[in-house]
Amino acid sequence: MIFLELFYVFSKIGIFNFGGGYAMLSLIQDEVVNKHHWMTINEFTDIVAISQSTPGPIGINCATYTGYTAVVHAGYPTWAAVLGAVLASLSVIWLPFILMVTISKYLIKHHDSKTVTSIFGALRPVIVGLIAAAALMLMSKENFGSPSESPFVFVLSIIIFLMAFVGTRLYKVHPIIMILMCGLAGLLIY
Amino acid sequence: MGIYTQIFLTFAKIGSFTIGGGFAMVQMMEKEVVEKKHWLDHDEFMDTLVVAQSTPGLFAIDMASHIGLKLKGVKGGIVGALATALPSIVAILLIAIFFQTFKENVYVEKVFMGVRPCVVALILAPCFGMAKKAKLNKFNWWIPIVTALLIYAFGISPIWCILAAGIGGFIWGKVVDS
Repeated sequence: MIFLELFYVFSKIGIFNFGGGYAMLSLIQDEVVNKHHWMTINEFTDIVAISQSTPGPIGINCATYTGYTAVVHAGYPTWAAVLGAVLASLSVIWLPFILMVTISKYLIKHHDSKTVTSIFGALRPVIVGLIAAAALMLMSKENFGSPSESPFVFVLSIIIFLMAFVGTRLYKVHPIIMILMCGLAGLLIY
Repeated sequence: MGIYTQIFLTFAKIGSFTIGGGFAMVQMMEKEVVEKKHWLDHDEFMDTLVVAQSTPGLFAIDMASHIGLKLKGVKGGIVGALATALPSIVAILLIAIFFQTFKENVYVEKVFMGVRPCVVALILAPCFGMAKKAKLNKFNWWIPIVTALLIYAFGISPIWCILAAGIGGFIWGKVVDS
């Protein structure tokens, strides 16, 4: 039952998400692409691109879109997919919300306690690793082309990747501008 | 205007006009909630940041829930959280339904062939900025590398890595404490 699965998977993603939207991408990808095969890695990458260029939190955008796509691929009509999208988005929210209602006062009082500090001291480096893993997994043949089968696409992809990396990292180009420029480049070159 | 309507409109506005995710929203939230509406003072807003950072979930949604919670209890929190998420859900649904019919288009595919490597770069770039914020030093530099390898090369679920880090940090804190 796709709806129950969506509810379970996105509730899990919500409660284990400590590093914000980008860290959540790694969780979503692991569940949605690797484990449940609800979409291909290409589709997931496209969804990330659209999530980054649409208003609102990236995590919600991505949950809505993956929920929609998963239901469509399971063979249901559009209205069911809309339901799946809303369900996935709300599933991400509800558990952290209950947690916040119950422990927010405690956290404000004890946020500089040694225990809380040491837990987050260990979580933060792991989150960096999580995001790196998400990037590594997307560096695939599907997204970059293969050096033996499509060397032209592969080389161009590497060039686009490097330029986008330098542009955002060093020159602080806005992600949306970067996505638009690379999209235009793709349209003109291929 | 009722307070719930005000909470709803304020967070729906924040959800509609910030692109680029959670941290970009903080600035706008502070402006709306502290400077314009005077719902919270600056210290209370900092409390909200602390709570949002130390609870799981999406940063912007956590912030909105906590501010709503402070104003009007659980109901206020629910209104805040849903209002922040709603513009995203509507916008993405419209795009998803529309895009479904365009996906097979050859020009759309060309555009996305250019966009895909860019997405990877956009995910990787903040990773380096976060490395600084995570206070990496000679004792913990290996943690992100091992985590990335476990997930990427060995297919371990990121959830296990987060659990391991939480428990490891807790034990470490207890050992250092005593």
